[in-house]
This record gives sequence, C-alpha cells and structure tokens, in this order.
Amino acid sequence: MSAAALAASATKPAAAAAVAKAKNALDAHVRDVVQWHFSPATGSPFWLEWAKQAGWNPAKEVKGFSDLLRFPNFNDEWLRDEQPERFVPKAYANKPYMIFETGGTTGMPKQRVSWTDHLHDYSEFSDTLDDKYFPKKAHWLMAGPTGPRRLRLAIEHLANVRGGSAYHLDLDPRWVKRLIGKGDYAQAEAYKEHVVDQAITILRNRKNIHSLFTTPKILEAMAERTSLVGLGIKGVFCGGTSMTPQVVRFLAEEVLEGKALFVPTYGNTLMGLACSRPLSAKEGWSVIYHAPQPRATLRVVDPADSTKDVAYGAWGRVELTTLTKEFFMPRLLERDEAMRREPIVRWPWDGVADVRPFGASSGKIIEGVY
Amino acid sequence: MTTTTTIHIPAIRLGVPYKSVDQLTTTGATVSQVNSGLIRRDLLGISKATEELAAIPTPRLLAICKKAGELFLQGTVPVGDDDRDQTPQDYVRAVSASCGLPHALVRNNMGKIALVLTDMVTILKGLTRGLDPAIIDAGMGVQQGVPVSFYRTTDSLGVVLPSNSPGVNSLWIPSIALKVPVVLKPGRDDPWTPYRIIQSLYAAGCPRSALSFYPTSHEGAHALLAIAGRSQLFGDASITKRYAGDPRVELHGPGYSKVLIGADQAENWQKVIDVLVASVAANGGRSCVNASCIVTHAHGKEIAAALAERLAAIVPRDADDSKAGLAGFANPAMAESISETIDKALKEPGAEDVTARFRTGPRLIQHQGRTFLQPTVVHCGSFDHPLANREFLFPYCSVVEVPQDQMLSKIGPSLVVSAIGTDPAWRRKLLDSSLIHRLNLGPMATSHVHWDQPHEGNLFEFLYRRRAVQTAG
Repeated sequence: MSAAALAASATKPAAAAAVAKAKNALDAHVRDVVQWHFSPATGSPFWLEWAKQAGWNPAKEVKGFSDLLRFPNFNDEWLRDEQPERFVPKAYANKPYMIFETGGTTGMPKQRVSWTDHLHDYSEFSDTLDDKYFPKKAHWLMAGPTGPRRLRLAIEHLANVRGGSAYHLDLDPRWVKRLIGKGDYAQAEAYKEHVVDQAITILRNRKNIHSLFTTPKILEAMAERTSLVGLGIKGVFCGGTSMTPQVVRFLAEEVLEGKALFVPTYGNTLMGLACSRPLSAKEGWSVIYHAPQPRATLRVVDPADSTKDVAYGAWGRVELTTLTKEFFMPRLLERDEAMRREPIVRWPWDGVADVRPFGASSGKIIEGVY
Repeated sequence: MTTTTTIHIPAIRLGVPYKSVDQLTTTGATVSQVNSGLIRRDLLGISKATEELAAIPTPRLLAICKKAGELFLQGTVPVGDDDRDQTPQDYVRAVSASCGLPHALVRNNMGKIALVLTDMVTILKGLTRGLDPAIIDAGMGVQQGVPVSFYRTTDSLGVVLPSNSPGVNSLWIPSIALKVPVVLKPGRDDPWTPYRIIQSLYAAGCPRSALSFYPTSHEGAHALLAIAGRSQLFGDASITKRYAGDPRVELHGPGYSKVLIGADQAENWQKVIDVLVASVAANGGRSCVNASCIVTHAHGKEIAAALAERLAAIVPRDADDSKAGLAGFANPAMAESISETIDKALKEPGAEDVTARFRTGPRLIQHQGRTFLQPTVVHCGSFDHPLANREFLFPYCSVVEVPQDQMLSKIGPSLVVSAIGTDPAWRRKLLDSSLIHRLNLGPMATSHVHWDQPHEGNLFEFLYRRRAVQTAG
C-alpha cells in the first residue's frame, strides 16, 4: 500500500456505520470462535473442562463480544502450568503443532500452540507496508529476539511473502534480563555490542538488505555505530517494547535521519501484531495501535474494574483477547497501560495509544539528602 | 516574567535548545524530557565542544565565570523556550515553589553559587593547590622548579543533580573554568537553578556547546553516566550503588555528617549548642553537610533536650517570611513517608523523640497549604538503634552517647565530621581515618565551608591527571 493511501485512511475518524459494521463482524467472529473452542467436536480439553466447572455453556450463550465479559480475566499462569496439548482444539488433534514462548525471565516460560496463526498475522501485516520503504524482493535483517519465539519464523515469513529472504543473528533476551537482574550492567552492555556487531557485519557484507526488524535499543545502538541509511536501510519495523512519543520522534528524525520509514508495532506471541497509524509531528509522534481485529482485540479498561472501558482520551490498563481457531484467550490483562483512542476509517475500532508499562506514572519515595 | 502562561524549559543539546515531545510538569513550568538514546548520540560528538572550550585561555574563562556570577545573582537572564526575562526574584519564587525552600534559603543558596562563580580564582587555587593556570593552558610548565604536565581525563563532566537544594550546583561549576564541558541532568523539581546558571554563563560569553542540559528519566541518567568520561552522581543508595567502585563516577549519596564531642569538651556542651543547631538546621536541614547525628562522650540526654528545645523554635513560616528556616515538601507523600518511617522506628525500644516535648503540634504539619516536617531530635540509647545513623530531608538528628575511644569504630562513612575536643591523640586518629571526607577541628558547624578546600572530592584531580614530562636539551 502507498503512503498516501495509508495516510488518507488512517487519520480520518470512522463513520458510525463503519464502526457498527466492524462490531457486527467482530460479534459474528466471536460466536464462531467460541463455538469452535467450546464444542466437543472441535474444542480443546482445557476450555471444555473450564466450561463444565464454570457452569455455563459459552458455545450457546456467547452471542457477541460483550458476552466475553462473562469470562474472568485470563490467567496467563495457565500457559505455564498446563501442558500445551491441553489447548489443542480437537479439530487439530492430528496436526503437529508449533510451540512458541513469551519472553520469560527465569524458570518455566509461558507457551502457546500454533499452526498458521503467525503466518496469517504477518501476511496481513505485509499488506500494510509501503513498498517504497519495504521494497518487494529485497532482503531483511532480523535483529530481534530469536530462540523459542514466533518472531524468528514470522519475520522470515514476512520477508518471504514480500519476495525476499531474511538474515538472522543470535539474540537471547533472557540472558540480558538475567544480567540486568543481577546488576551486571557491563556484561549487558557487552552483550548488546555483540548483537550490534553481528547486525552491522551482515549489513556491511550482504547486498540488497533494505528492511530491518529490531528493537528500539538495538536500533539506537546500531545507529551510534554507523548510518543505517548509508548502509541501504529504507524501512525499519520495530517492536518488543513500549516507546514514548519522544523516542519515536528521535528514532524517526535522527536515528533514521528522516529518510528511512519507522514502523512501530505492538504485539506478542499471544496476540499477533497491532499496526500503528502513520507517525507524524502533527500528531505529536503519538503511537496509536489498532489490534488485528477480529483475530484479536485490545481494550483499554478501568484497572479497578476490567469489565469497564475507560473514556476516549483516558488512560487505562490494556486488555487483550485472542480469537483464532488455533488459540482462544479471553481478557488477558497485559502488563501495560495506554490511552484509549477513537476508531478511524482504516481501522474502525478502538486504538490504544502511547503504551507504557502499567503503573509507570507512580512515584518513588527517596530517603536521605545529597 | 510578566506573562502568565506556563514557561516551557527546553533541553539544551550542546548549546542548542530542543523542545521534546515528552514533557513533565513541575510547579510553574513544563520541562522537556529527552530520551536516553538522544543523550548518547549527542555525547558521541562532544569532543568538538571540548576543543572549543579548551582553546579559551583560563584568565578569560575566569572572567566569564565572574561575570556569570554577577548575572546569576543580580541580573535578568532568559528562561524558557521563548526567552522570557527572569529576574533574581522570579528565580527565587520559582525555586521556592517547586522545591519547597523558603525564599530566604533560596537566596542563601544563590549567594553560594554566585560566590563560586565570582571567586573562581580562589576555588581553582584550592582545587589545584595553587597551580599557575598558564600550565593548564599550555599543557605543561614549571611549578616550584619542577616540570609538570596535566592532561584532561575526559571530554565532558556528566552531572546527575538532585532537587534537595540549589547549592549543590556549585560543585560542577569549576569544570567550565577547568575547560571540561558539562552535561547536566537536572533534578525533577529544580530545573531552574542549572538553567539559570547556564544562561548566565552564556550571557557572560561562555561557548554554548560547553553546557548541555538534559532533563530525563533514570534511564537517561544511566546513559549519561555510561558515556561521560567523568561524572558526579547525586542520589540515594538505590541509585548510587550501581556505580560504587567506578572510578569514572564521583558519588554524592547521603552524607551522614556528624558532630563528635570528645571527652574533654562534653562537660562544656552548653558552649557549643549554637554549633549543633547550625549543623543540623542550616539550609533547612537539606544538605548532605547537615549533621544527622551528634555523638558525644557524655551528657547525651541533656544535649538532646537542649538541642530539641532550640530546634523546636524553628517552625513553618510563609515562603516569603525572612525568618523562614524550614523547607516545605513539594511532594507531601514524601514527608508523610519520612514521618511514618521515624514513628515506626521509634517503636523499637531505646529511643525517644525528644523534640515532641518542646514543639508545637505534630512533626508532620500543614502551614498555608504546604506540608512541613518540624525539626526532630531523637535520643538513642546506643548506636545500634535504627534511628541512630539515619538521614532525612529535614532538620533531623540523633544524639548518641559513645565513649570517645569507641567513636571511630561506630560512626561509619561520614561526609563531614566536626570534632569538638582537644585531645591530640584523638585528633590524630580522626585525621588518619578514611571514613571522614571533610574534618572540621574544633567548634565549627558541619555546614561551614571554606571554598579553598575541596568538597566531596577534588574536581581538578577528578578531571585531570598528571603525566611525567621530559624535554630534551
């Protein structure tokens, strides 16, 4: 899609009819997915047993998205404690599955099963990218977390559906978290340098790499070493952490020199990929994400009562619902907060803006004088 | 400042103002908050600023400092991204509103900062032990008949500032005269002081690139400390512990300053009560050089009672009251937390809040809509009590009786010790102690500063290193 077409559809408020149409589509999708996961012929052992104990039948009683409020907030510890096969829908019982993990620090990580969700998500995402900045048939450098995350395969798929290939490097974020956790900042810095070394080496020695996936920190560190634009980078797709509007502006204006396109996304192994509206100084470099509805939804809810949405323009906690036939996860409270924003023409459902860690605005009492 | 709209204080990137998208509101202003990557990126290019500053002869830099000191104290300088006029009185009001210090104490701090700027000649003499500035300009020379050479150890001095008290800014100012650009992270509640010093230096002719100003988060502060070759870090133990043992970073944590009253002077304690009051309460008790503990060989209870009675007379007053000696808290929750901490520790046997007998009202008190902590003296039965060696952001001190010969084994690291006693053997032991950063011998308040003496490290020795130099023939 061209930048002009994207901009045209991504700044105008959505008409009420479009919002209603999207809501109806979501309700229909919710009915399908809930019936799938809670019907004995197709559903997963985990959800079928859950329904027995809950004493109600979601397959019959859920008529639309608002009925999902009858579910409690999803306890993501289940993804650590339960065997992954407990989440396998009966309809997929004979299909080998992939197991993807969330970030994790120490101990047992959280896991989810997947077959093609990640491919769907990234194919859809590819359609939102501007070919000028993410050229077709060009190669990608994937300078992000690897290992048991779906990102490793997803970026490769993204490069492939756009006609290119992806170069990779080794990056274990759990090791970095462990180093920081024990206060070994020097080693954490050394590890970052090791990652940047790998990335710059590939960019300098391989041709036709114009697209980059990375995290904001690695992106900054790479650009402290050299001009990424000078090495041929035209577009950067970034994810993995929250970014303030100032960080976004800095990355766009200075790190990418106002020449390469910066595309932030919000997502994780459990959700898929929420795209951002085009960034601009006019919008104060605010990053506003829209979930890949109807496959996933994002609500901004009252932290004290997650059944209630906050008002538009107000801050609240982010609640994620994943709604695919491979994976059903209702009402997970993310460890993030965001501002609720209005639907727009391109995405006629709520957006979440300026995502930051939940509780980031609370202060700290300091003792002593200096 | 005649206009009523809120001032916006921009960051300053190597001399160039920068309005960030992320902004923080403090009393009377919004302040641009920059991200850590921006600081790192700027500092990678700071060597040009160093070259520009180093090219200026020291006598010229001393003249710039002198002029800047006059402007800082008495002049009208620009403030904010629209360069509004800020008079000294505007500045005093702004700092008072955001930090809680009464006007009288802000003015005292102003005087201290201005003195450092205007009397930089004396400051440099103290720091360099009388080195001829021409030697710094030339890189080498002859001192007392010996060839010497000094070189800079860094292209910049990073400074992570607190909001306790404006006076701490006096510690970094000599860096400009020593030809090392300064990169400042202001405290959250006091962007005003470093900004006014910077503007005064600019107006006096200092190269703009020599001064950077980066309001930022903890992450930004860590980025600054990681990149700057030398830094001063003000903060509590949770912040400073990461840099313990890092020779590039000069730590300014809690001072735990003390007055020690030796065996031969304990009987005369009434004669030094003024020294004790000044040590505890000067500058609203907000400085690391304020005493937080009186250690006495004898008469602990009497000293605690007399000191408490005197300190109880220091009560909350209006910010513009010339007699005001207590600072309010910009964040009332902090005052509540401190008071709760003290009350909780008082439940442990062996300590008494002696001030409670003398003061009017509770420790935590409201006055004219502001929150105050009234001075507090706690008598502790032993140094092991949890309140014996604590430091808080208001006039607080413990009084503990310890035999003179055991004092050094009890006091722990102490930024300033005023030792009142004439026993030569004891004085000698104090002089030999590595626990004491600054030693005042005799009845002198811990807060008393001679500017020809280094304070918390010697900035010249921090920024310069001597090398061997030999010239053929």
